[in-house]
Amino acid sequence: MWQLLYENLEQTVAVILFGIGFSILLLQRNLIRKIIGLNIMDTAVYLFLASMGYISGRKAPIVVDGVTQTTAYINPIPAGLVLTGIVVSVSFTGIMLALTIRLYRRYHTLDIDEIAMLARGEDA
Amino acid sequence: MSKRRSDWESRPQARFRKWYKEGFLALDNEIIDHLTRTTELPENIEDRLIAQQEEMTSRQHERTLALERLDQYNMLAWARTRGRKAISRLYVILALALGAMMIFFLLETVALMPRFGDPATPGANIVSERYITKGLEETGATNIVAGMILDYRAFDTLGESTVLFIAASAVLILLRIDRNKDGSPVQELIAAESDDRHYEPRNDRILQGSAMILTPIIFLYGIYIILNGHLSPGGGFSGGAIISAGLILYLDAFGFDKAGRFFTYKTFTWVSFFSLSFYALAKAYSFYCGANNLPSGIPLGTPGAILSGGLIMPLNIAVGMVVACTMYIFYALFRKGGL
Repeated sequence: MWQLLYENLEQTVAVILFGIGFSILLLQRNLIRKIIGLNIMDTAVYLFLASMGYISGRKAPIVVDGVTQTTAYINPIPAGLVLTGIVVSVSFTGIMLALTIRLYRRYHTLDIDEIAMLARGEDA
Repeated sequence: MSKRRSDWESRPQARFRKWYKEGFLALDNEIIDHLTRTTELPENIEDRLIAQQEEMTSRQHERTLALERLDQYNMLAWARTRGRKAISRLYVILALALGAMMIFFLLETVALMPRFGDPATPGANIVSERYITKGLEETGATNIVAGMILDYRAFDTLGESTVLFIAASAVLILLRIDRNKDGSPVQELIAAESDDRHYEPRNDRILQGSAMILTPIIFLYGIYIILNGHLSPGGGFSGGAIISAGLILYLDAFGFDKAGRFFTYKTFTWVSFFSLSFYALAKAYSFYCGANNLPSGIPLGTPGAILSGGLIMPLNIAVGMVVACTMYIFYALFRKGGL
């Protein structure tokens, strides 16, 4: 298995990064750190997709000298998917940071547990 | 049980003394009195017994309540101190175990994935083959990725731009500090402005000098990236991000007053509106033509020239403007809560 993992080094790194981001999401109570963890997970997915599209010995999919054989270029689809992913990630990071700012203004803390306790106190 | 007075009075000696002192009449009265009283007495006793029992039970109840309260307090104290620690430790262990398990199973999957760089990978199927072999001919774009995302998969990119626009609107709703109805600034806005002035030093010669030189170059580079999106790596998203970086640099160096001369909320709304509607209309037109097998009438141009690729370059410009505006407004809102 180790040999196989070493051959797919990019994907292995991506999976480990994904796990690290997931653990950060679960373990950290600070909201900003949770957002950072989510972004690390995003990055892992981009790395995974980009590595899936690569084919050794071929070039980036930009037509040079009118050569349009499949054997000349790598797979262009993962590049487009990663582009979509980046834009969506930027959008939701912006929204989450804005929500965090609002929460901080109201409760003066970034700790999710404290915010939950304060919110419960408001309801009672 | 204590000896009651009526018992003591009905003893034979007491009765004899009474008879000796007061005659039969008193004794009779006594008997009558006793008889009338006996009807009442048991009730009295019962009442008292009941009252005593009630008192006992209420005391017991109070005692159990107090004990319960004590237990609850102890439990809460435990939950607040040691219990919380224990539960959070358990949570950490479980979270780490979950993360490790996820990594393990995903690694197992990665070991079964096709090799990195394998030409026979199932991802490189007829779809990507079609994009590569026919892309230049059908879209006129040298950059196959640009041709793919703005022609074959343009619907996807429209959705993307809309997501970005909606995100900007949501951040605007969440963070914008409004003025009063008569136009005077609210307390929050004054505080935000003084805060901004405190943390961002104005009239910084080095920053302003470098911004003077760098901002036009950054704009030029962003425009180059957008206009060459169909020829070389780049396109609307990356070029728009570069232009917004130039805008943010200008804002940092010269402040909101000067940046507000050419970029206001109106600029944001109108640029976003025109870009997104142009994008939607252009794609609607080409979808209509494509679906009905009509000639679109848009020349594809010679591959490699700047004016080629049909609608791809205008679409790139539209996307780039949306992205630039959105990024800039994100920055302005996060910094001060408005433009």
